Amino acid sequence: MITAAAQERENYLNASHGLKSWFLTKDHKRIGLLYLATITLFFFIGGAFATLIRVELLTPQGNLVSSETYNKLFTMHGVMMIFFFLIPSIPAVLGNFFLPIMIGARDLAFPKLNLLSWYLLVVGGMFSLYAMLAGGVDTGWTFYTPYSTTYSNGYVIATALGIFIAGFSSILTGLNFIVTIHRMRAPGMTWFRMPLFVWAHYATSLIQVLGTPVLAVTIVLLFLERVFHLGIFDPARGGDPVLFQHLFWFYSHPAVYIMVLPAMGVVSEVISTFSRKAIFGYGFVAFSSVSIAVLGFLVWGHHLFVSGQSLFAGMVFSFLSYFVAIPSAIKVFNWTATLYKGSISFQTPMLYALGFIGLFTMGGLTGLFVAALGIDMHVTDTYFVVAHFHYIMVGGAIMGYMSGLHYWWPKMTGRMYPEAWARLSALVIFLGFNLTFFPQFILGYLGMPRRYHLYPPEFQVLNVLSTAGASVLAVGYLMPMIYFIWSLRYGKVAPVNPWGATGLEWKTSSPPPVHNFDETPVVTHDAYDYASLMAEEVEVG
Amino acid sequence: MSDPQENTHIDSVGTYVKILLALLVATGVTTAVARVDLGGFSVVVALGIASAKMVLVALFFMHIRHSTKLTRLVVLGGLLWLAILLLLTMTDFASRGILGVPGK
Amino acid sequence: MADHAPTETFALRVQFDTEAQQKDASTLGMWIFLVTEIMFFGGLFAVYTVYRSWYPNVFAIASSSLNEIIGALNTGVLLLSSFTMVMAVRASQLGQQKMIVIFLILTLLFGGIFLGVKAYEWNQKFEEHHIPGQAAFHLDGVLPEGQGHAQLFFSIYFAMTGLHALHMVIGVGILLTLIVQARKGRFSASYYTPVDVAGLYWHFVDIIWIFLFPLLYLIDRHLVK
Repeated sequence: MITAAAQERENYLNASHGLKSWFLTKDHKRIGLLYLATITLFFFIGGAFATLIRVELLTPQGNLVSSETYNKLFTMHGVMMIFFFLIPSIPAVLGNFFLPIMIGARDLAFPKLNLLSWYLLVVGGMFSLYAMLAGGVDTGWTFYTPYSTTYSNGYVIATALGIFIAGFSSILTGLNFIVTIHRMRAPGMTWFRMPLFVWAHYATSLIQVLGTPVLAVTIVLLFLERVFHLGIFDPARGGDPVLFQHLFWFYSHPAVYIMVLPAMGVVSEVISTFSRKAIFGYGFVAFSSVSIAVLGFLVWGHHLFVSGQSLFAGMVFSFLSYFVAIPSAIKVFNWTATLYKGSISFQTPMLYALGFIGLFTMGGLTGLFVAALGIDMHVTDTYFVVAHFHYIMVGGAIMGYMSGLHYWWPKMTGRMYPEAWARLSALVIFLGFNLTFFPQFILGYLGMPRRYHLYPPEFQVLNVLSTAGASVLAVGYLMPMIYFIWSLRYGKVAPVNPWGATGLEWKTSSPPPVHNFDETPVVTHDAYDYASLMAEEVEVG
Repeated sequence: MSDPQENTHIDSVGTYVKILLALLVATGVTTAVARVDLGGFSVVVALGIASAKMVLVALFFMHIRHSTKLTRLVVLGGLLWLAILLLLTMTDFASRGILGVPGK
Repeated sequence: MADHAPTETFALRVQFDTEAQQKDASTLGMWIFLVTEIMFFGGLFAVYTVYRSWYPNVFAIASSSLNEIIGALNTGVLLLSSFTMVMAVRASQLGQQKMIVIFLILTLLFGGIFLGVKAYEWNQKFEEHHIPGQAAFHLDGVLPEGQGHAQLFFSIYFAMTGLHALHMVIGVGILLTLIVQARKGRFSASYYTPVDVAGLYWHFVDIIWIFLFPLLYLIDRHLVK
């Protein structure tokens, strides 16, 4: 009877009905769900391209698709996954939904702007999808000139325009978050009481705001060169294509941290919750997010080691790149220290979070390899690099995203997902991921270049392993898709605080009311104050 | 967080007129000086005057002098990031070939 | 939402507790947006810096082909528009309804003059064959092997002034909206945030031009007599 009454309670999902109430909503929670649906679609489109790539690479002859088609496949896989899935993933879905709740606000500072951000992502996605359906684009997701401006016959402009528009979505989301964190915190929610998820999003937003405009202007210059023949990067006129690469990577290297910092925020929440212990070294973890964001802007030249950049600049960027390892390692050590003597339980979000720590560490450590000028000469443009960044972006960012999605699913929907299936899927994804990408480290080390669909027969065994892993991974990603939808109808009704976690989002009902709280909360404790939470439980018990 | 009126500083018309005149004079000066051979200082003078104009516009027209510390921090942060972009990009373009390695 | 709607006004949206908080948030939001604009134009400044440092002589000749007197006068017009804009903000701080409208219209007028002069200058480039990418491109005083570098200068010129002009056009759109709202008496001494933040945007676009003017028209002019 109590659960039935709880279900009847007005919340953000049943407060209003009809398409208009969704497509014109200003509620950050509904907008978060709109994003969830949108980027899930983009994820599966990007995944379809990945599937075709892996099927093609089963055999060394390259007999499934032509070289031209293969170029388009990896380009569109990269474009979809990076700009339309990974960049928006955690910030736009989970950040949108939980950032205001976690600081005790009724909404983001600019709700209309938030809705506009979603529309911009959709419109940008439509442009890129149109380009893909009309004939595709084959420049690689990096759009290097002069190929992209002069020679490529693909739909460069439509795709680039799509990314340009989606970039504004990202900028406005970042702007909204920064203002919200500065101006909308509930009474008592001081900076150092904020959950680390919020700190991570603050750092992410800084990158979105400071980096994305440079990508935008670079795309404009690409557009002007391709359409109006302005020739800013044209070597025939004394221009330098390497300058394009500088501008592109000024954004696109920090963009990696747009993908992975929010995941780190999720992991901090989840590790603390399922260890029932305050995070070890809160201040260090918080500041390491900000310093990753800042240092991330100083290292972009390590993408240009073999591109005609000066050797001196190569040395400077190589040296600076190592500094990113410091805050990254601080995080990993602090999570590990949080686990130490914690009361650990292995629910699904925790499984994903632990997976994140291991895979991110692998990705990070191989990052040190490729940041070294000498080793990078050897592995540049090989599968070693491909494996490295997939360990960060898939093993890191997507594991974090899955962790967060499971962790907050009960709060977002008011329903529990089926725990056993979810644990199984976490396991499948972890195994499938490693089977897919670990062989690629070896392939790259042995010298298999990326972006070719023909390869010497001696590489076949490792490629078959990788493709086998990809099919396991695909099953792993389809499982949550099915049981999440299943849980909306058949899942157990979620209590207010299913994990016994601290944090304001666990103090309001599941799902939350329209303005998040019945009364504005007043914060009196630090984040992750499990010690006093457990003391209270003992008293009550 | 009290009455918004309290936080509002209303500058006098005279202040704004003075700033406008200063900006117009600076524009005239920088245009005239461009014809004079200052050697390498030509760039320094031109950008110095432009920066001074920027500071005037920002302090008075954009009310930075009445603004919060946070606003100033935001502005300085933006300029710092612009400097990062320019300096690290030039690290490459100003050092092509200086180490004597062919092609680097 | 329906049950909360009645409490919402322009001066106080439902997500805010106080009007001061709302004004602070809007102002901060605009400043952060301006930082994104710094970085947007920053990419162009980086391109300019690289090529100017590589081809200083050709860039000096190309700079000198621009009419710096027209440039200086147009800079003056834009500075005047900034002055009238800040006067509009001042009028709204004082709640002088009529003066807001008058100063906004003056700002619009000066902005329009600036854009008109810019259009005239662009047209000149077409007549002089200073359009990059065209076969007829030729800049007097530059050797044949330097013509490509001269094209780079004009590429940068058109990209910078074009994107600046685009920002002006957006600014004109904002001014038109504000004028309509101001005529309806939407703004008062207690609520004038839109005028305030639009002013910030307008001044920022002015500052960009303050730099574009010497970068494109003035630097190294003395080298070419």
